[in-house]
Amino acid sequence: MPLHFELVTPAKLVRSESVHMVVVPGSEGEFGVLEGHAPFMSTVKDGVIRVYKSENAAPEDIAVSGGFAEVGANGLTVLAEHVEG
Amino acid sequence: MASLKELKLRINSVKSTQKITKAKQMVAAAKLRKAQAAAEAARPYAARLAGVMGSLAGKVTVSGSSPKLLAGTGKDQVHLLVVANSDRGLCGAFNSNIVKAAKVKATELQAEGKTVLFYLVGRKGRAQIRRDWPNAIIGQFDTTGVREPGFTEAEAIANELLGLFEAGKFDVAHLFYSKFRSALVQVPTAQQIIPVPAPAAAATDDGAVVEYEPDEETILVELLPRYLRTQLFGALLENMASEQGASMTAMDNATRNAGELINKLTIQYNRSRQAAITTELIEIIAGAEAL
Repeated sequence: MPLHFELVTPAKLVRSESVHMVVVPGSEGEFGVLEGHAPFMSTVKDGVIRVYKSENAAPEDIAVSGGFAEVGANGLTVLAEHVEG
Repeated sequence: MASLKELKLRINSVKSTQKITKAKQMVAAAKLRKAQAAAEAARPYAARLAGVMGSLAGKVTVSGSSPKLLAGTGKDQVHLLVVANSDRGLCGAFNSNIVKAAKVKATELQAEGKTVLFYLVGRKGRAQIRRDWPNAIIGQFDTTGVREPGFTEAEAIANELLGLFEAGKFDVAHLFYSKFRSALVQVPTAQQIIPVPAPAAAATDDGAVVEYEPDEETILVELLPRYLRTQLFGALLENMASEQGASMTAMDNATRNAGELINKLTIQYNRSRQAAITTELIEIIAGAEAL
């Protein structure tokens, strides 16, 4: 089962796709989110989000700043003020 | 009766005015589509953030130790009115409607014995507000160099407001802008932005316990300025769309009026020309008969 991942900035919806895993640089340490993660909210440090499209794929890096992550029943949503790449 | 030459000049001048209004109308129509798209694109972020704020606000009780942005300064004396206008005219009553709404609020507050200050965004409302409150404008954000308001501008405005708030320059801030309903209808709107009004707690209880990292309060403190920025950004986008909508309608009217005026003047011109020709003929015939 893939994880639904959304990356949103004030200007637009940057990503909305199904991925295997996302590693987010939380303000209290990095955390990886897989499908079926417990509901969770965290602020995100300015840094790099790594998106793993499938289990063995090379991660894709997205630099974000001013972020906030929310894990709910419908997947992971990252709200970021600025996104690069 | 104006002379033929005068009439002709007049017709030409109205024609060139019509050209300008027509061009502006088309530009506004194109920009309106773009502004609407931008406003649409900004919606998911605002909706999500409002949702998160709602669920957080339901968990955190407002007390004396709450962040000032949420609980206020404890006073209600100095009100800051943030008035968002455009930089350009040719958009009908768009700017004056916003200013009017702000003025009504300011008069109301003053009647209650409060102090009123202004912070202006955009160039257009400045003169009107300065006429009535010459010393109340404490800041202005210039958007003349910016083609489309982006998040960078919203951020800059929010940071300046937060700085003023932290310096204790005001207790409550209201934002005035124009909400976009359609190209025909724009509603001047007032909204309290500081202290942040708690969004209605969303009923998102799906039974699961949400874990917070760090705790709710810290997240809230971090999210409040962000929420403010998002609201300002949303207001700027709405304003942009409203301005283009108002401009489109106003210019459409102007073009039509100019067309009517041209028709009227042309008829008048033709009549006078005919009259002149008739007079000339009569003169010639009379002259010939006299011989």
